Amino acid sequence: MSVTLVAASPPLPLPAANAGAAPGQAPTAANAAIAADLNLPFPRAREGRGESAVSNASDDAEAAQRAAAYIAAELRRERVRSMLLTILPPLFGIALFIGLWALVSMTSPQLPSPAKTWTSAVKVFSDPFYRKGPNDQGIGWNILMSLQRVGIGFGLAALIGIPLGFILGRFRFANAMASPIISLLRPVSPLAWLPIGLMVFKAANPAAIWVIFISSIWPMVINTAVGVQRVPQDYLNVARVLNLSEWKVVTKILFPAVLPYMLTGVRLAIGVAWLVIVAAEMLTGGVGIGFWVWDEWNNLNVEHIIIAIFAVGIVGLLLEQLLLLLARRFNYA
Amino acid sequence: MSDAAAVEYVARMPALTTEYVHIEAVGMTFATRRGPFVALRQIDLAVQKGEFVALIGHSGCGKTTVLNLVAGLIEPSVGMLLCAGREIAGPGPERAVVFQNHSLLPWLSCFDNVYLAVERVFGSAEKKADLKRRTHEALALVGLTHAEHKMPHEVSGGMKQRVGIARALAMQPKVLLLDEPFGALDALTRAKLQDELMNIVKAAGSTVLMVTHDVDEAVLLADRIVMLTNGPAATIGEILAIDLPRPRDRIELGENPQYHHYRTAVLEFLYRRQAHVEAAA
Repeated sequence: MSVTLVAASPPLPLPAANAGAAPGQAPTAANAAIAADLNLPFPRAREGRGESAVSNASDDAEAAQRAAAYIAAELRRERVRSMLLTILPPLFGIALFIGLWALVSMTSPQLPSPAKTWTSAVKVFSDPFYRKGPNDQGIGWNILMSLQRVGIGFGLAALIGIPLGFILGRFRFANAMASPIISLLRPVSPLAWLPIGLMVFKAANPAAIWVIFISSIWPMVINTAVGVQRVPQDYLNVARVLNLSEWKVVTKILFPAVLPYMLTGVRLAIGVAWLVIVAAEMLTGGVGIGFWVWDEWNNLNVEHIIIAIFAVGIVGLLLEQLLLLLARRFNYA
Repeated sequence: MSDAAAVEYVARMPALTTEYVHIEAVGMTFATRRGPFVALRQIDLAVQKGEFVALIGHSGCGKTTVLNLVAGLIEPSVGMLLCAGREIAGPGPERAVVFQNHSLLPWLSCFDNVYLAVERVFGSAEKKADLKRRTHEALALVGLTHAEHKMPHEVSGGMKQRVGIARALAMQPKVLLLDEPFGALDALTRAKLQDELMNIVKAAGSTVLMVTHDVDEAVLLADRIVMLTNGPAATIGEILAIDLPRPRDRIELGENPQYHHYRTAVLEFLYRRQAHVEAAA
């Protein structure tokens, strides 16, 4: 901050605050320079009326500048502090986790150390898309295959579950009809559906998709239905007073009002689907991250299993964040 | 009441041509878990075309119920309601409501909120450009041209309420129903919007039924003040005609003895004769 800038502004705390709020910016610099050229006196509240302000101007300017610098520095410190507070704890947690892991791996020889896992991971991820026969493909292919199954199963579930949720939310009769069945089927472990899928489809891949479908449909049905039931009466009154057509009610009021609930259902459903896929693929085989874990267990390659766990975790985290981002886009409040 | 009976009623009463809203022997009983609750009984009221009627009473006395009945959002247990000589069978755009909490759709811009109403009322007869012009005009009327494309959460409470008024006015309703439209606003914004409302009503010649609990607001705006007795089973206790010249100026009215007389009359009704019995709650 220039001296003139501070000197040109009469009250002391104000320029200091400006300097702190927008360091590097000097929007008033031009005005300040003019004022300094004219050597205008700036009366201060704490000075006597009769005293010459000009003689004290340089002293005051210095004091004001010192204050500005102090506040700017204080703000900088505050920013660094808050940044450290957001970064440090997670880093500390991860370090502690890896430390414990290293400690355990030292006492138990079966568990690979973090360092060994890391070198193995670098090797695995250096060539993620190789293909050496149906049972030996890169981790990239395995993850993509799993994502594809989740995508298809989840997509079908959304295609059926969301309209079903709308119907259940809108019509009390349908809701009463469906709710005992939903309550009964929802807590069933996803893998219990696998034999039925195998029986019906007579193939492993559709059976895995079926398991994803049936386990991820419930959150979407339930959340959509709840969303429809909770559309504020105010909005429905608006629809009634305007005498909107059923189509307008659905597109302009129901759908936007339900969207946040629906997206929560979608997010929960994706989470469940990604949880279930590993287990389903362990049983059905083929290419996929779950199969890969099981295959590496048969090879007794524990590093790869740990890598797979991290890969599954990171992909799940990314999916979740992606949907949270989407949900934030449709948050109107 | 059947349509035929309504037609017969209209034929019997020629006065209805100037009566825009006619409420006759209306009672409202709600079914609650603890049995029937009589909210309103024996409400008789006629609102003339171009008249501004304020409904005032203590909270919970059923003011809003009366408004909802006229809006057609609820149906009366007994009695009948007519609007421009036709039975009120449900909500309709000829009776536009400005809700207490503005009730703008948060996912539509201020413009689109108004446009939704305009499109509904005039969409079948007019081209898109005309609909847009109507929307612009309605927003200009409440002084919101600059904020047209803002979302409701981006504008202040007073502006939201003005959008609500614009939405109602844009429909060119026969009757404007205001449900404590300024209740949630600060005193300065409220005064400003009251003045604006007076100008708009004067310019548009609207017929207005307004629910309020603000005595000053009622005396300032209304041609007649309808005072409701305390619920349950509330009814009209007194109707006070406000014979103050228009245009009314809130500052000049402060020195008008007639204004103070009206104000005192309403206060007397509310706080002496209908002093709220809190012990019942």
